[in-house]
Amino acid sequence: MTNSLSIQKTDCGSIAHWNRRTLLKAAGVSGLCWLTPVAEMLARAAEKSPRGAPAKSVILLWLQGGPSQLETFDPHPGKYIAAGTKAIKTKLPGVLLAEGMEQTAEALDSAALVRSVVSREGDHERATYNVKTGYRPDPTLVHPSIGAVICHQLPVGMTEIPRHVSILPGTWPGRGGYLGDQYDAFKTFDPQGPIPDVQERVSKERFLERRKALQVVEQAFARGRLKGMEEHKTLQSTTIGQALKMMDSSQLKAFDVREESQSIRDQFGDTPFGRSCLAAVRLVEVGVRCVEVELSGWDSHANNHDIHKSQVKTLDPALAALLRTLKERGLFEQTLVLCGGEFGRTPKVNPAGGRDHWPHGFSVLLAGGGIRSGVVIGETDPDGGELKHPEEYELEKGKGIQVANLHATVLHALGIDASKELETPVGRPMALSKGTVIPSLLST
Amino acid sequence: MIARRLLFVLVCVLGVAGLIGGLLYGDATENPNPPGHQPQFYSQAEFRQVVDQLNAEFAAHWREQEVSPTPRAPDLTILRRISLGLTGAVPSLEEIRMFEEARPEHPEQWWLSRLFADRRYSDYVAERLARAYVGTENGPFLLYRRRRFVLWLSDQLHQNTRYDEIVRHLISDSGLWTDNPAVNFVTVTCMQDQNNQPDPVRLAGRTTRAFLGVRLDCVQCHDDNLGGPWLQSDFHELAAYFAPAGQSLVGIRDDPKKQYEYQYLHAEKAENVPFRPPFNQDLVQPNGTPREQLARWVTHKENRPFARAMVNRMWALMFGKPLVEPIDSIPLEGPYPPGLELLADDFIAHQFDIQRLVRVIAASDVYQRDSQADFEITMDHEDAWAAFPLTRLRPEQMAGGLLQASSLTTIDADSHIIKKLIRFGQEAEFVKRYGDMGEDEFDDRGGTIPQRLLMLNGNLVQERTAPNRLLNAASRIGALAPTDDQAVETAYLAVLSRRPTAEEARYFSERLQGAKGDKRAERMEDLYWTLVNSTEFSWNH
Repeated sequence: MTNSLSIQKTDCGSIAHWNRRTLLKAAGVSGLCWLTPVAEMLARAAEKSPRGAPAKSVILLWLQGGPSQLETFDPHPGKYIAAGTKAIKTKLPGVLLAEGMEQTAEALDSAALVRSVVSREGDHERATYNVKTGYRPDPTLVHPSIGAVICHQLPVGMTEIPRHVSILPGTWPGRGGYLGDQYDAFKTFDPQGPIPDVQERVSKERFLERRKALQVVEQAFARGRLKGMEEHKTLQSTTIGQALKMMDSSQLKAFDVREESQSIRDQFGDTPFGRSCLAAVRLVEVGVRCVEVELSGWDSHANNHDIHKSQVKTLDPALAALLRTLKERGLFEQTLVLCGGEFGRTPKVNPAGGRDHWPHGFSVLLAGGGIRSGVVIGETDPDGGELKHPEEYELEKGKGIQVANLHATVLHALGIDASKELETPVGRPMALSKGTVIPSLLST
Repeated sequence: MIARRLLFVLVCVLGVAGLIGGLLYGDATENPNPPGHQPQFYSQAEFRQVVDQLNAEFAAHWREQEVSPTPRAPDLTILRRISLGLTGAVPSLEEIRMFEEARPEHPEQWWLSRLFADRRYSDYVAERLARAYVGTENGPFLLYRRRRFVLWLSDQLHQNTRYDEIVRHLISDSGLWTDNPAVNFVTVTCMQDQNNQPDPVRLAGRTTRAFLGVRLDCVQCHDDNLGGPWLQSDFHELAAYFAPAGQSLVGIRDDPKKQYEYQYLHAEKAENVPFRPPFNQDLVQPNGTPREQLARWVTHKENRPFARAMVNRMWALMFGKPLVEPIDSIPLEGPYPPGLELLADDFIAHQFDIQRLVRVIAASDVYQRDSQADFEITMDHEDAWAAFPLTRLRPEQMAGGLLQASSLTTIDADSHIIKKLIRFGQEAEFVKRYGDMGEDEFDDRGGTIPQRLLMLNGNLVQERTAPNRLLNAASRIGALAPTDDQAVETAYLAVLSRRPTAEEARYFSERLQGAKGDKRAERMEDLYWTLVNSTEFSWNH
């Protein structure tokens, strides 16, 4: 089935008579499809759905740099490859996590763990692209990241702020790819400080004066120029209008974790990452579709164990508190949490005490809406062998699970048909994901 | 001692004031003809002939499409286009004053002569071309140096090296990526999980797209099933040229024994794939390494896709929109839009001289159309190039424009290193937030809300317009312009490269009236904010 970009009725209402180019631009402003009657209606309908409805949002805890599976989610204590790393028991009988993950261990019965993810990308940039989009880099096309796909596929609802957000972004935050730059993640930083660019720099009166003056310049430029310039081409005033609406939106408060009690903030940890995870909960509460929170610094080519000890200290409380808080606020069922990085690290420790890049068997944690709790699937070789890279999904010893299959599963949990094809700007049909849904990860 | 220091400061202040005063009053004096400028040449038959033919082709096209062309754009608008397209910034106030003083006979050629003499042109265009050649990725650590590659490319453009020669270096050079920067074209594809060997598949994709304007990589996995002529074997036979290239202690070198193996779709097993170009096979000259053979074939004078691809790319840089879209997909057998074949012919006949190509385009009627007319302009006019197309400025043009507009003098290679460093840092930060376009620079993927927020409330706009008499043009103009009218006019020239309309002049002069000191600086800040947030500033027109 081909669903061309020009007929996203779910998003934009009946504008199928526009040509594709105009539409891409219109969609541009869109988030713009923000608050169209159709979108509103759909959003209300979605809210009324019965229990067991698909998840509505994703929180992606992105561990940039490639965390070592052995020092996090997949320890092999006592084995040669553990290189001394100890393990702890978890809520799940027989399932161990690495030492330092105590709080996560307590919450593991509400998550699913895939321990056998494989990819063919061993370079940070390419591997990040691969894991975030579910496709390997392709010079002919830029694929959208998972957050962009979700924003494109799910209705806008009453959300006035960006629906795709990246907190503490590194070099490669989620992007819209062929869906358009308007689906890029909105980048923001430690929620302890102000959100960038949403506060006018001058008094309200002066700001109004400026906007009035802007009309004078806009009129002068439009005179004698392309007919319908604003509507058919630039959408400049429209986009400015949307930006102003966002500046005035009370939903912006969702970014501000200072509104939370000290005790809640303490649970997430007094770190930028911890605060960002808390902000992610608040953002999901106001309808943001995808929040990506980045914790970088896992690239431990030297001194692997110390680096991971310190990283895990930040990750563990934040991840556990995130799962707990989502539950407490009744958001767990409608939010899908993902936690992982672009690849794992070599079983063998190098002479510098580091582990190098290893895409042949690493871990991703999933939890929340649509995901079965308390399962662990796949396993790595305790002696450090590479997993095979089967094209199709087959859960067998020695075989890995392709990244694309995780994408298909996540989309499925969100009620999106992963095999649905969109048309890229050059008219090439492209599936949302080429992966296969992993049934054992699904709650129903 | 203190007295001497004071004297020094005084001399500096006077010097700067003198220069700025000159800019504000518009009496800058400098030798009007830039180096390399040959005013007589642009009137001679040799040059005029091709321009006239180009004009005739478009005139015929407009008649056929039944659209009337708009009038010629004002000089300053044309200069703005050229500067944005070839340096990524608006003209500086200093340059505008110089131009108006010189009143050259061939405005666009005079302007181009200035830019070609300047590293701004070569640095900027090198970065644009590099995106097509090696992308924007950081590439494999230790084996690839992007900056080195761009600098090399910039040197070539600065010297106006023949384009075919540049491309032959890219495709076939050997050695270390540090000694021979062209080799980075190959090493950027080195694969970490394949023993750091270059990837023939990616190289073949780049080569056909960037140099030939053919998207052959679309048939990497299967024959063309969208009605095109290509077979899967066409792609892999081209990739086979790169198979012998390998990474060694002495850098990239060719091992003639290394063959390309591939298992075609529906084939039982992998086979050895011979190297062979996908079209124009009669142009192959079989000597040298496979890569040398490929380089000669790609750049062969009779291999017209090579010339067409570069014409289309330079056209895109100058107009903000390619002649054939998408930029790297030009049909082999036509039909072609007006101008393309003619410009390709001229490019081939003149030893692939990039600067000449730019000069011819800039001299043409089609480049000099206004985007404004006293009749109704529709998309039909734009599609037929009868009106200059409105195109969204790319992030680096926005940053470059903003930084240049907030400085009265030109920020170029001669600027103080601190000024350049500030520009470099601020530009990088702005582009990151505005959203880098990556490789596909000529796809309009729509404007975004964060972009508008960045312009409305962002750091760079704030910093470069806020009251600051030392650094910011807004404050300086407010303080130094003799009258309110002149202050408004100067700000318009610096930001939008035009003078205000009567209505605009009245509106903003009134707001400046009687405002002194800080108040005046604030009003000037407001004016600058308004201008940079306008559609006009964010679009090429």
